[in-house]
Amino acid sequence: MEGLHNTTIAAISTAMSDAGIGIVRMSGPDAFAIADRVYKGKRDKKLSDQQTHTIHYGYVVDKERMIDEVLVMLMKGPHSYTGEDTVEIDCHGGVYVVKRILELLIERGARPAEPGEFTKRAFLNGKLDLSQAEAVGDLISSRNQYALESSLNHLKGNIKNKISELRSEIIYHTAFIESALDDPEHINVDGYGEKLRKCVDGLMKQIRDLIETYDNGRMIREGIRTVILGKPNAGKSSLLNALLGEERAIVTEIAGTTRDILEEHINLKGISLNVIDTAGIRDTEDVVEKIGVERARDYAERADLILYVIDASMPLDDNDRKILQIIQKKKSVILLNKSDLDVVVQEEDVKNEYFASNLSEYKEEYLEDFHIPVISVSVKENKGIYVLKSTLNHLFYAGNLSFNDEICITNIRHKTALQDAFSALERVMESIDSGMPEDFYSIDLLDAYESLGSITGESVGEDLVNEIFCKFCMGK
Amino acid sequence: MKYSENSIWMNEDGYDVVVIGAGHAGCEAALATARLGFRTIVFTVSVDSIALMPCNPNIGGSSKGHLVREVDALGGEMGKVIDRTFIQSKMLNKSKGPAVHSLRAQADKANYSRTMRQVLENQENLDLKQMEVVRILTEEGRVTGVQTFSGTIYPCKAVVLCTGTYLRARCIYGEVSSYTGPNGLQAANYLTDSLKELGIQMCRFKTGTPARIDRNSVDFSKMEEQLGDERVVPFSFTTDPDEVQIDQASCWLTYTNKKTHDIIRRNLDRSPLFSGMIEGTGPRYCPSIEDKVVKFADKDRHQVFIEPEGLETNEMYIGGMSSSLPEDVQYAMYRTVPGLENVKIVRNAYAIEYDCIDARQLKPSLEFRSIEGLFSGGQFNGSSGYEEAAAQGLMAGINAARKLQGKEAVILDRSTAYIGVLIDDLVTKESHEPYRMMTSRAEYRLLLRQDNADQRLTKVGYNIGLISEERYQKLLEKEEWIRSEIDRVTHTNVGTSEKVQSLLKGYGSTPLVSGSSLAELIRRPELSYELLSEIDLNRPVIPEELRKDVIDQVDIFIKYEGYINRQKRQVEQFKKLENKKIPENINYDLIKSLRIEAVQKLKEYRPVSVGQASRISGVSPADISVLLVYMANEK
Repeated sequence: MEGLHNTTIAAISTAMSDAGIGIVRMSGPDAFAIADRVYKGKRDKKLSDQQTHTIHYGYVVDKERMIDEVLVMLMKGPHSYTGEDTVEIDCHGGVYVVKRILELLIERGARPAEPGEFTKRAFLNGKLDLSQAEAVGDLISSRNQYALESSLNHLKGNIKNKISELRSEIIYHTAFIESALDDPEHINVDGYGEKLRKCVDGLMKQIRDLIETYDNGRMIREGIRTVILGKPNAGKSSLLNALLGEERAIVTEIAGTTRDILEEHINLKGISLNVIDTAGIRDTEDVVEKIGVERARDYAERADLILYVIDASMPLDDNDRKILQIIQKKKSVILLNKSDLDVVVQEEDVKNEYFASNLSEYKEEYLEDFHIPVISVSVKENKGIYVLKSTLNHLFYAGNLSFNDEICITNIRHKTALQDAFSALERVMESIDSGMPEDFYSIDLLDAYESLGSITGESVGEDLVNEIFCKFCMGK
Repeated sequence: MKYSENSIWMNEDGYDVVVIGAGHAGCEAALATARLGFRTIVFTVSVDSIALMPCNPNIGGSSKGHLVREVDALGGEMGKVIDRTFIQSKMLNKSKGPAVHSLRAQADKANYSRTMRQVLENQENLDLKQMEVVRILTEEGRVTGVQTFSGTIYPCKAVVLCTGTYLRARCIYGEVSSYTGPNGLQAANYLTDSLKELGIQMCRFKTGTPARIDRNSVDFSKMEEQLGDERVVPFSFTTDPDEVQIDQASCWLTYTNKKTHDIIRRNLDRSPLFSGMIEGTGPRYCPSIEDKVVKFADKDRHQVFIEPEGLETNEMYIGGMSSSLPEDVQYAMYRTVPGLENVKIVRNAYAIEYDCIDARQLKPSLEFRSIEGLFSGGQFNGSSGYEEAAAQGLMAGINAARKLQGKEAVILDRSTAYIGVLIDDLVTKESHEPYRMMTSRAEYRLLLRQDNADQRLTKVGYNIGLISEERYQKLLEKEEWIRSEIDRVTHTNVGTSEKVQSLLKGYGSTPLVSGSSLAELIRRPELSYELLSEIDLNRPVIPEELRKDVIDQVDIFIKYEGYINRQKRQVEQFKKLENKKIPENINYDLIKSLRIEAVQKLKEYRPVSVGQASRISGVSPADISVLLVYMANEK
């Protein structure tokens, strides 16, 4: 049958938890095409050329980078749950990978599904019977109610204000252009493009900043991805155990994203740390040697926070310098462990090595800029752990990683809406650059306005007309 | 007392349709039903005031010009009459995109009115009658006739209400008020009660008009002259452009100043708005000068346009200074304006209040939901403006005729016409002021251009029966030319020959690095179809009468293709919901999970499509999902 919808939707259809396998599902006319954009099988196999109801082994890749090993199930409409072309990607579970695959599908053309949308499509395409259908009606309305409530909660403060601020700026400019078009003899819009360019530029920057907070927002949901790095015997496992300490009772173990990674969940006074650990970390402490600097780099790249443990009783060596390079662009905390022994490494030494390994054009004054906290601890004697914890608290509540009071986007639909708004503003810029007349600007401005409104649940409605009358003096 | 029992008699001329009112809506409605073969009678309080323009002396303007074009494309009359009676014409927004180009003409008011009257008088199946209608007669929720002030009963099958601003009209300035319609014409004071008896909800709107002044008392040397366009474009697709190249009259621009504003501020307490004599809020899009001074206090001057009311009168209109201040204040404030120091006022400015309806009682066909055969159009429906009125009158007339033909109503949707936007807004959205068309109200305005109104609507008009075979064939021919020329320039390539490069250079355009299609060149802002003729070797000869139109369409399509296609995709989305018709007998109470507010609103409006339902305030996207689920299930 002809599908009612011409968008392709995607969602994670397994619970975001410890499941051994995660399923990402996609439905809609472009499902196969989008799947092809992220799938790499043997010999350039294309999913869109395959038979319906077949299963394919391969990898999900982001350009050249492999995300996970997967099984892909293909179901051509109408013989699928939704009645549309449907693709199911079975991956190795783990919150990170499943989310990454979903994000990738959205980057490649799918849209995040609304609550209950797969079921709704299934119903609209005639795949469900009456009793199921009635349940779906309830489901949709209750889910929407839930979404509304949770989004209202979510939007109580800053985000809502921020979005409203952006929207009111957009609608003001739109209204000005429109009032001039409606009443050209009273209001002149000639040359407005140049003025608008500045405003749109500012708006785009603000929206981009918001989009970037999505990664910060993720920390709230999944915890702050933390990696402990250090040479063998520096005391990494002990540190982990010390941190787990009294919280051990509420620690959850999540079977890993890929088979050799283990995640430990640690709660520190409201901050949730997701300590990414290697499977072997508790058996042996030779992380750097075993997995090599390259692997360490990989982990570090994904980390929000690095705890770098230094054995302060031993002089710094090449391995330390390598790690200092790795942590260069990351939020990190350096721990000088074994303060109970004879200490040969001081904070000053670490700073010097840090600049020596990172900046060849190292200059004195940069020393002032060294902002990585260095804490002296003795994991063994449980000394300094309290300082570490309060440092972490301080970092997150006051520093860059703070998510307590800063505006950050946590919902992928909000992120998508912001990206839509951003693209609409980009089109405004293109129109200005290519010398299009002013009436074209307002079309894309309104699109941006509408996209932002979908975050706060407001539609355009009479907003524009009201703004025109309120702000600009019309003739007659 | 209206009439005695003795004077009641039955007219037996056998009318199919009664149109009440002969303003811009009534004229179009009556012409449509008569032309579609139904015996039609038009009642008016004054046969001398047919198609009267009681406010501004213009037809068209931003977005209103689109409406006139659309009325014309469907087979209406307004465009043809203004083409014959205009005295100045301008294409507004010419430096902007084609979507917002809008024609506006200064009319010779008396000539316009007279000319329209003649069209009505000469129309077969159409009779004029000077008489006030006081009652709508119904049986079992169905219109059966009307009764007049004199007691006569006119049986009929359909009635179109086009009462404009005449129902219980009251004109006010200062402390003076009179129960008259515009220009002191007789108000219609009885029909409201009859409509209320039928269960129709009435409301009261207000609007206003500036003073008319004597041309001989104006010093034009202190004003800027405003000329018409050098080359006038006609409104009607049937008018030969050569016939509208006339000697045009001038308008004049001057400004208010601090003195004007001081006088207004000092006398605000004497305004009937402030004393509470007028209850309704005025329309925001044409504020009175006192509104402007209060609301935009930071502006130290406002524009004032002095416009002729016609060629055979000295009266002039003061655009931008409508008012309901007392007469002495009017004199004082007008006389502060440069050029108006010694002005003589012929007719005072006034505000007018009148009864109208909340149009949400109507179906999108403009038929009352509760009374079969009763249609309405124009200012009675809560709109404002001659063009808005004509558009609704035409649609109400068409749909009254369709009803009698037993055919499905013609409903233009928001992606097809400004008329569709206008009517959809009126019947779907709550409004607290007279509704004016604006280009920003049209979501898909790149597609709803005034230049392509014929391509959008003339086929509709042809199928209805208001467009002649000849006109339709001509449209098809034009469309074929447009299609084949777009196709040809898209697939014709030019190389980097010296001829091509020097032509590009001549127009300040970047030379080609490699071959290019003609379409790609046309897309450049500095180039156009016309400019490329030298390098377009296989260009066919387009018939002269189509040539300019075809070239314009090719240019517009190619230059704005990206934007146009994007809107077309949006329209596809829109149509999906629009095409999901809601069964008339749907019982919203049976739909579990609809919110109570949504059930109430849906029961009240009874939207015809899911698309319309989604535009009702109080119906949420979740409700629409639930509704879709329910409907799909019922199938």
